[in-house]
Amino acid sequence: MGVVIDAHLVVRRGAFTLDLALTAAPGEVVALLGPNGAGKTTALRALAGLTPLSEGHLHVDGEPWHDRPAERRAVGVVFQDLLLFPHLSALENVAFGPRCQGVRRREARRLAAEWLDRVGLADQAARRPRTLSGGQAQRVALARALAVRPRLLLLDEPLSALDAHTRLTVRAGLRRHLAAFDGVAVLVTHDALDAMALADRLVVIEDGAVVQEGTPAHVARHPRTDYVARLVGLNLYRGTARGHSVALPGDTVTFNAAEALDGEVFLAFPPSAVALFRTRPDGSPRNLWEATVGGIEPHADQIRIHLEGPVPAAADVTPAALAELRLTEGDRVWAAVKAAETHAYPA
Amino acid sequence: MLVLPALIGLAFLVLPLLGLLVRAPWSTLGTRLARPEILDALRLSLLSATLATLLCLLVGVPLAWVLARVDFPGRRLVRALVTVPLVLPPVVGGVALLLALGRNGLVGRWLDRWFGLTLPFTTAGVVLAEAFVALPFLVISVEGAVRAADLRYEDAAATLGASRWTTFRRVTLPLIAPGVGAGAVLCWARALGEFGATITFAGNFPGRTQTMPLAVYLALENDPQAAIVLSLVLLAVSVVVLAGLRGRWVL
Repeated sequence: MGVVIDAHLVVRRGAFTLDLALTAAPGEVVALLGPNGAGKTTALRALAGLTPLSEGHLHVDGEPWHDRPAERRAVGVVFQDLLLFPHLSALENVAFGPRCQGVRRREARRLAAEWLDRVGLADQAARRPRTLSGGQAQRVALARALAVRPRLLLLDEPLSALDAHTRLTVRAGLRRHLAAFDGVAVLVTHDALDAMALADRLVVIEDGAVVQEGTPAHVARHPRTDYVARLVGLNLYRGTARGHSVALPGDTVTFNAAEALDGEVFLAFPPSAVALFRTRPDGSPRNLWEATVGGIEPHADQIRIHLEGPVPAAADVTPAALAELRLTEGDRVWAAVKAAETHAYPA
Repeated sequence: MLVLPALIGLAFLVLPLLGLLVRAPWSTLGTRLARPEILDALRLSLLSATLATLLCLLVGVPLAWVLARVDFPGRRLVRALVTVPLVLPPVVGGVALLLALGRNGLVGRWLDRWFGLTLPFTTAGVVLAEAFVALPFLVISVEGAVRAADLRYEDAAATLGASRWTTFRRVTLPLIAPGVGAGAVLCWARALGEFGATITFAGNFPGRTQTMPLAVYLALENDPQAAIVLSLVLLAVSVVVLAGLRGRWVL
């Protein structure tokens, strides 16, 4: 399949510059992932035609879109706050797009009813947006965006306004609709789980530039920035590898990694791979360092301990282990990681 | 400390109305109300105030939209000009209208010569005089509503393929409807009570330009009882309109 979107988006606003190259194939779901202020929403607005490009281009199906206003782009947008028209019923909201495309009223209403049925809201057609629940409103917004038969579907934090339970069901529904959608979907989120669950490919942006790109599985195992590492729940370091041995800067600690590499590498391991000891354990000095307990907090059914010192790290221990160690903030501990759980990859 | 002046303020507003009610010739009210000149004045007042409001809506809503949304040089000056009729004595407004639209006025001269159109001392003149005085009420109210309206709904409409005109008609206008409604009511009430500009620009011809306020003023000189009756009618109309719209729009 050919590339359906070929974009180079440059938007300058004051001191901030967004510079993002993006390509996507038909049917692909791309997640733009990044911290607040990274430029995700700006990128989305640029794709929609709501924010003009300072430079660059946007081609969709080979057609130049960059000089078209929003109303002449075949986009469907699900906004973060949904922005359902408050004075129109759910049905009229969904029929709005087809009506603007010149579909006659009766036909537009039939189409809208069909879309509402598809998102499971056939019986809510006459309701005003403010009488709908969060999950229902979200689905009306999706139906409204899809009803214009877009080539490009844009979703801005589509699940962020929902409570945890609704989120689960809406996410599953959204996944189904994205799978059935034959154009390109671009999803903006700062939630790793949403991105991993919905996207075929992640594009991580920080400060307006791409810092990492790849399949969710690859990004989850090979974070390349602290932000991504935090997002996927890994401890991440940069070091120099010689074979299986990886030295951190300043030779503070030398790790044994599962992979044999040479040169600059990233080194990652999960917090659950870290074992803590009150006294220095016997055996190899590898993968072992001394640290200060900086913070202790519950984390799912584990206890997360933040270690400070030359090798800052997060460690997950069981409540029982914590009780045995009798740890409090400021304590000195020894931390060790198994080589088999320590992964190195080229920087 | 505050209760006493508050009560005085309230009494100041209510007492004159009370006077009107107390001194009204209730026994002859029915026959007086049915007098043709009163009915004529009432009909003319309602008609001209309504037409003036429609005229204000037609030009005032776009004007308010431009003032709120379009950034052009001299916008502050234009906004100041729009509010001039608020502070201008209505009689001066009437004189100004005569100078602009009168037979020998700046524009009126050409209207007369090219189209044979004479505005002063006609019902159309009444409508114009009322619209001139009432327009700022509408513009200010609508401009506030446009400013307060969430621009992002217009973004949403654009992504759904709506042109700017469709967006204005189907999204912006419904969103600002409460503001437009409130502005229209204020505008209508101001037009209904208009006196100074009307009598200066349109004169005082029964059946043609003599609106209720003009009739009240005239009656006060030769038939005070009739003036009271006319005033009561105006008061009743105002109260009915206010009561009818209360709660539906923020007023």
